[in-house]
Amino acid sequence: MKAIIDISSLKKDYYVGEVTVHALRGVDLKISQGEFVAIMGASGSGKSTMLNIIGCLDRPTEGAYILDGVNVAGMSKNERAAIRNLKIGFVFQSYNLLSRTSALENVELPLMYNPLVKARERRERAIAALEAVGLADRMGHMPNQLSGGQQQRVAIARSLVNDPVVILADEATGNLDSRTSYEIMSLFQDLNAKGKTIVFVTHEPDIARCMTRSVVFRDGHIIREEEIKNRIVAGEVLEALPVEED
Amino acid sequence: MNIGNLLKVALNALKRNKMRSFLTMLGIIIGVASVITMLAIGQGSKKSIQDQIASMGSNMLFVMPETMRMGGVQQGNTSSQRLTVNDVLAIKTECDAIIAVSPEVRSSGQAVYGNSNWPTTIYGGNEDYLDIKSWKVVSGRNLTDSEARGSAKVCLVGRTVADELFGEGIDPTGETIRFKNIPFKIIGVLDKKGQNSFGQDQDDVIIAPYTTIQKRILAQTHIQSIQMSARSAEESALAQTQVEEALRTSHRLRENEDNDFQVRSQEELSTTMTSVTDILTILLGAIAGISLLVGGIGIMNIMYVSVTERTREIGLRMSIGGRSVDILLQFLIESVLLSVFGGLIGILLGFGASAVVEALTSWPISVMWGSVFLAFAVCTVIGVFFGWYPARRASGLDPIDALRYE
Repeated sequence: MKAIIDISSLKKDYYVGEVTVHALRGVDLKISQGEFVAIMGASGSGKSTMLNIIGCLDRPTEGAYILDGVNVAGMSKNERAAIRNLKIGFVFQSYNLLSRTSALENVELPLMYNPLVKARERRERAIAALEAVGLADRMGHMPNQLSGGQQQRVAIARSLVNDPVVILADEATGNLDSRTSYEIMSLFQDLNAKGKTIVFVTHEPDIARCMTRSVVFRDGHIIREEEIKNRIVAGEVLEALPVEED
Repeated sequence: MNIGNLLKVALNALKRNKMRSFLTMLGIIIGVASVITMLAIGQGSKKSIQDQIASMGSNMLFVMPETMRMGGVQQGNTSSQRLTVNDVLAIKTECDAIIAVSPEVRSSGQAVYGNSNWPTTIYGGNEDYLDIKSWKVVSGRNLTDSEARGSAKVCLVGRTVADELFGEGIDPTGETIRFKNIPFKIIGVLDKKGQNSFGQDQDDVIIAPYTTIQKRILAQTHIQSIQMSARSAEESALAQTQVEEALRTSHRLRENEDNDFQVRSQEELSTTMTSVTDILTILLGAIAGISLLVGGIGIMNIMYVSVTERTREIGLRMSIGGRSVDILLQFLIESVLLSVFGGLIGILLGFGASAVVEALTSWPISVMWGSVFLAFAVCTVIGVFFGWYPARRASGLDPIDALRYE
């Protein structure tokens, strides 16, 4: 399979006053198209730094990073912004939807920053993305009229709308109850089944078992990398969960 | 992001906080409205004074005797007896820039008709007097040359005098009134002029031949002043020098002697009066300008709050591909929209307020298009100036920190 992400001997240092913090101490990671990778680790292990660098929000101190065939390690701020706009979709723990802005407009947002996409195409693609996450009937709703799960679906639609090469999810189920979490995971599995490459940061082992591979960080190193056996199908778990009758 | 999208984003952001946007604009609205209204009031009062000075006469000049000293005691200028009818004749023959000239004498007293009486002032002039002073006759006729010279006991009355003695709106032409026991036959009624800029009722007058007042009322041969019309406003200064020369000759003043009279023109009076209102306009405008500045600071304040409050939005916009310049422009456009919308509403409000002031004061309030344009330009500059710093701060945020901001 084609490598979407190819990272080698990546290091990242932070300078906090006089002290240098080595957040990443030499990491190699390859992610191929169609993978659904869990990035795990305790806080301070370097997994957030890794996600920021994969997402081109931050640049490595040392090392190489090829994203979809493009060397992004040495790119300027504006070049990275353009790469994020074209190749990456973000899903955050706290959704980060614009308040008092309809679901449709929230989903349109990434395309507003792409000068090649005209208003009409933007609208069509946003509608398609919302349909893909099962919210075709909620397009005009404001975030405060939607449940947590629905808000996260809008956020996922937003991450899909620019047809990115990789979707980066940062604790995307962290604010949700377990039933809704599995609904969201089921959606991610569907997207993955359609060929989307997904990198998902989580510290919940049960959630990680929905994915195809797990990468565990500790102290700036990858300490374990393994294929997930006995993969959970989120839809089956959902059916097994007791329905709350309240 | 292209400019159309930026505008849309900025408009949406303002719509999301309607109340706040409105309150922020209010500072600018009040600032702009007050600048426009204050400048309009300044202009209006200037125009009103100019109009009233113009209503005093047509390109008028007048000569008054210079104050005198008698044994070291400074005398008022009315006690001088320097001006005579000969001076009037001298001006008439010597000065070609003067088209009309009339002596003026006046006396105050009680006018009586039947059992009503009214305190007023009687002015004496010749047949040109009405033209010089821009008086129009609405009923009856002007004095004739022979009446003016022959101390005829005829007069014209102002509207106020007619109203007080005969009753509101009655035409008293042909009736006879008494002034200081001298009977005057009313041959005409003067058109209404209203108050002058000093609050004086210009219609409270009786006009009679100067000879009548000199001989029968004042028993004097000198006159109190000379009233003249220059051919045009432009020739007013020339007329002034000509009159001065003619009078120096007629008074036989030597080279080193000071004038024993003074020549004043309406132009001078107008300039003095309008320079006062110009200062007033500047003062009013400056105060209003300060309120506009305060409005601008209000925008800056709100933009700061907005940037802090929307830090996560900024982080999100950056993460989905917004460049620093996109964020900068977004916030800058927001602040410019606030100030320009505020400015537009302020301009409309300024027009409204000016109309209200006009209705209340009956001044000819005129909104200057220059001030409208200026207010608009200042608003845009305020938007950019006060929006720049908060927008810079927004665009300088690190997307990672901004996304995590609580």
